[in-house]
Formats: sequence, structure tokens, C-alpha cells
Amino acid sequence: MDELRDLYQEMILDHGKNPRNQGRLDGSTHAADGHNPLCGDMLHLMLTVDGDTVTDARFDGQGCAISTASASMMTDVVKGMSLHDVKQLVRTFIGVATGEISPDPAELGKLAVFSGVSEFPARVKCATLSWRTVEAAISESNDPITTE
Amino acid sequence: MSTNTDRTIDVEAIRRDFPVLERKIYDRPLVYLDNAATSQKPQCVIDAVSRYYAETNSNVHRGVHRLSMDATSAYEAAREKLQRFLNARSTKEIVWTRGTTESINLVAQSLGRSKVQAGDEVLISQMEHHSNIVPWQLLCEERGATLKVIPMSEQGDLVLDAYEEMLSDRTKIVAVAHVSNALGTLNPVEHIIERAHARGVPVLLDGAQATPHMKVDVQALNCDFYTVSGHKMFGPTGIGALYGKEALLDAMPPWHGGGDMIKSVSFDGTVFNDLPYKFEAGTPNIAGAIGMGVAVDYLEQVGLDAAAAWEAELLEYGTALLNGMDGVRIFGTAAHKAAVISFEVRGIHPHDLGTILDREGVAIRAGHHCAQPVMEFYGVAATARASMAFYNTKSELDALAAAIEKAQDLFA
Repeated sequence: MDELRDLYQEMILDHGKNPRNQGRLDGSTHAADGHNPLCGDMLHLMLTVDGDTVTDARFDGQGCAISTASASMMTDVVKGMSLHDVKQLVRTFIGVATGEISPDPAELGKLAVFSGVSEFPARVKCATLSWRTVEAAISESNDPITTE
Repeated sequence: MSTNTDRTIDVEAIRRDFPVLERKIYDRPLVYLDNAATSQKPQCVIDAVSRYYAETNSNVHRGVHRLSMDATSAYEAAREKLQRFLNARSTKEIVWTRGTTESINLVAQSLGRSKVQAGDEVLISQMEHHSNIVPWQLLCEERGATLKVIPMSEQGDLVLDAYEEMLSDRTKIVAVAHVSNALGTLNPVEHIIERAHARGVPVLLDGAQATPHMKVDVQALNCDFYTVSGHKMFGPTGIGALYGKEALLDAMPPWHGGGDMIKSVSFDGTVFNDLPYKFEAGTPNIAGAIGMGVAVDYLEQVGLDAAAAWEAELLEYGTALLNGMDGVRIFGTAAHKAAVISFEVRGIHPHDLGTILDREGVAIRAGHHCAQPVMEFYGVAATARASMAFYNTKSELDALAAAIEKAQDLFA
């Protein structure tokens, strides 16, 4: 059960059950869709960007605890960040989730709870879906993001 | 090999035939409950494939040398085994394919394109696997035809009154699952076939989930086409077959072109080979066919009636066990079912459940089971599915229930 506890830490279970920033965002300036065709997870992400700063973020959709918690915490964290910093954090998060970079708590903050995901290769896509979707939203790509 | 006509099976002895069942997953015994995705292979099938490559490997139907003759006889002997197993009239009616998906595509592309015109209709059902939806969608789009869907009830039974109303002069083919992969429903295919035939409409049965669990007699069913996958019935992956009534297959144009499906080729034209070779272009999966033949031998040795009786007991036990758990809901409660239990656990997404069960050594499927219209019907994105074979035990179902309880504790 130890690895399971590493994956399903309290914070992930909490955000999975009670996701923050869920619902439509009126007046959003950026949006993107993310889809995991293997499990049917769907995510619609909306951002308000003022100048170079993300001022608000919300998401809609359905998914497992990992992908829901990831979207919940991602939308919390990116608020107030510059687009450049968001892009940087996307790379770091994906690197940590895939086990390619070892987590630096100073850089990741509470997102470090996702480092356990790298021990579960089948679930890495659940954790990274919202991050790849935010990257698409700020790159203003019109193509929906898919994990496959 | 002898055929077991006894109504009981020795599960412990059978388990010893399947080497993978000895495996430990994270130091726990493997509890394999994902048989509807693919079944495990007995040692005799593994040995047959390996022995073919070690001793007989050669191309079929073309060599004058000894190895090629040996490979050809083993390959054709496997076809005869499958013919007898399905009770087809002759080996001309057994076309090797890569599996059910390819078999359905063959019929959709060959029969479909020669028969289905603009304004015609193809009937499938709400509970089909994607492999019995998409080939017909492609055909209907190409021909300007309409795909009609036989509805199902909340229990997961086809609504037969609606089916009969849908049959019309525009219906050109009916294609339905014998057994649903997502719900386990055993469909009343005799009735479906009888009603279609009354209007002269041919019927294809997707038998991928039926042949591992029950005796199938294509002549008694009187279906026009029947599709099987080797890997679902304890044989290798990448091999399967299409059964088709000879007169229908004979009238159908070839699908894939290439070697082996021709009698002679010139730039002015080609004379196609006889059945079943007309539909078998290119070097086939020889080892796969031989392995599937041995899987058929194995199934007959175990005895499908005895296997079905044991699986019915497992289904009853597992259904009662899961129904007795708080927060567990079973999807698909048809009166006639194969040993498949599709379910959800309140508050736990099937993928999270799948991960937690995996750490307990319990392998289930979590997802849409390549049957998204079924998920849509029940208003869920995914379900968890435990699907059994005759080598499963009641104590493995206890392990499933215990693992679900652990997941509930973790998510409490």
C-alpha cells in the first residue's frame, strides 16, 4: 500500500473529490480541450490572460482522481503567473511526472505531491493531461490535446 | 485428445496448464479477471507455436519441399479443427483472418460494397464493440446508406420489438454481438436470425466473446457469418477466422489482393482462387493458426459445457458478492449472461480503482471497453469490468472484493 499512498496522497484525494476552479469562466481569453481517448477523460480549460499574466483559470470535464486533482491544482497554481513561467512549469511538471527530472520542492511547492505518479506509468497521462492542455491554451493552438 | 462430456471440471488441474497464473504481481498472486480483453494461454498452445518455429517453419501452399508440405498440412489441419469446432459444413467456409475485427471488415467491405446502395440500411445494436460499429459506419458513409441501432433496456437486453420494427426492405445486413463484451449479455440470436431471414436479410454474429464460453454451432444457429478471435479463446493473438455460408462467400468479391488468393495473374487480369483462399492474400499467420487449432483441442478437452457450468457458478457468486458491497453498482443484469461483471464503485473512478486493484495483484479492465455507446447509455465515461474464464476461482473473486474494500478505505 506504500506506493499507493504515495500516489493517492491526502492532497490529491482532496482535490480529486472537491476540485477547485471547476465550471465555466466568463470572459475567458484562452481555451483548449484535452482528451484521453483510452479512458474517456475530457477536459475543457479556460483562462483569462491580462497582458502577460494569467488572472483566472477554470476547467470543466470528467476524469479520475489523478486527472481531476491535477487540473484542480494546476488551475490554482497558474493564477498570477506570467505566460513564460507557466510554460516553464509545464515542462518541469511533465518531467517530474514522467520521472525524467527529480522533484525540487522549492520549485514545485505543493505540486510535489504528484511525484509519486512516476511509479505508475499507466497513470502519467492522467496527471499530465491538464498541463499539456494549459500549454496548448497559451500557445493558442486550435488542435485539441490528446494523450495518444 | 478426448472430449470432456462431464459436467464438472478440475479447476486446480486446469490452472496448472496456464503458466502465467503462477506469476506474482507486486509479490501477490496474480488474479486475472480481464479475460474478455484477452485470455491466458495454456502451455500446449505456447509449445505448439514455439515447436512450429523450431521444427516446421516454412511458407504454406507453395513449396515442394518437405518443410513447406509439413507447414501446409499443420496449417490446414488447424482449419479443419476450427471447422469441426464451429460445425461449419466445410473448410471452404472458414477463412483465416487476424481476428474478429478483420473478419467484420472483410464482410463490410466485400459483401457490403457489393450489396449496400444509397438509401439502404445496416442494423447493428446499442451494445456493439467498436469493431462491429466502425466498419459499418465506414461502409454506410461511402454508400450513402443508414446505420440503424437496435436499442437495449436498462438491464442490458436488446429490445426485440424495436428490432422487428426496424427490419424493412431497406435492411441489407444485420450485425450483432452473440455475447456483449461490455455487459456479458447473451443475445437471443436465434430469434434475431429467424426474423431477419424472414425478410431475406443475412446476419453476421460477432462471436469474439461467445466461443471462449459456450459451444457454438453455426449450422444450428443458421447465421450467415460468424467471427472469432483466437486470443479470446486461449489461442495466440493476431489470428482469428470468418465463418461464412459457402454460397454467400462464393458470390462475394475478393477484398485484399495479393499472393495465395489468385490462380493466375497477368496484366490483362487475374483469376481468383477458390474458397477459402480467395480471401487470404499474402503469407498468413501460420504459427497463429496452428496455435489456435491447439487451443480448440484444449477447449474440447476441458469441455465447454463443463466450463460454462463453472463460469455460471462464478458469475452467480461474483454478482452476489459485489451486490452485497456498499456503493457497488453492476451494469448489465440480463437473465442470460456470460461471466462478465461491469460495475462502478461510488466515489472512485474506474481508473483509480484499476490502479489500486492492480497493486493487490487483481487485473481488471477499467475504461470504455471499446463500447462507448454502452457507456453513453448508462451515462458514465467508464466502468470497471471483471471478466472470468474457467480457470478462475471463487477465492479470486473474494480477492477482488477485498481489493475493492481497500480502495474504498483509501478513498474514504
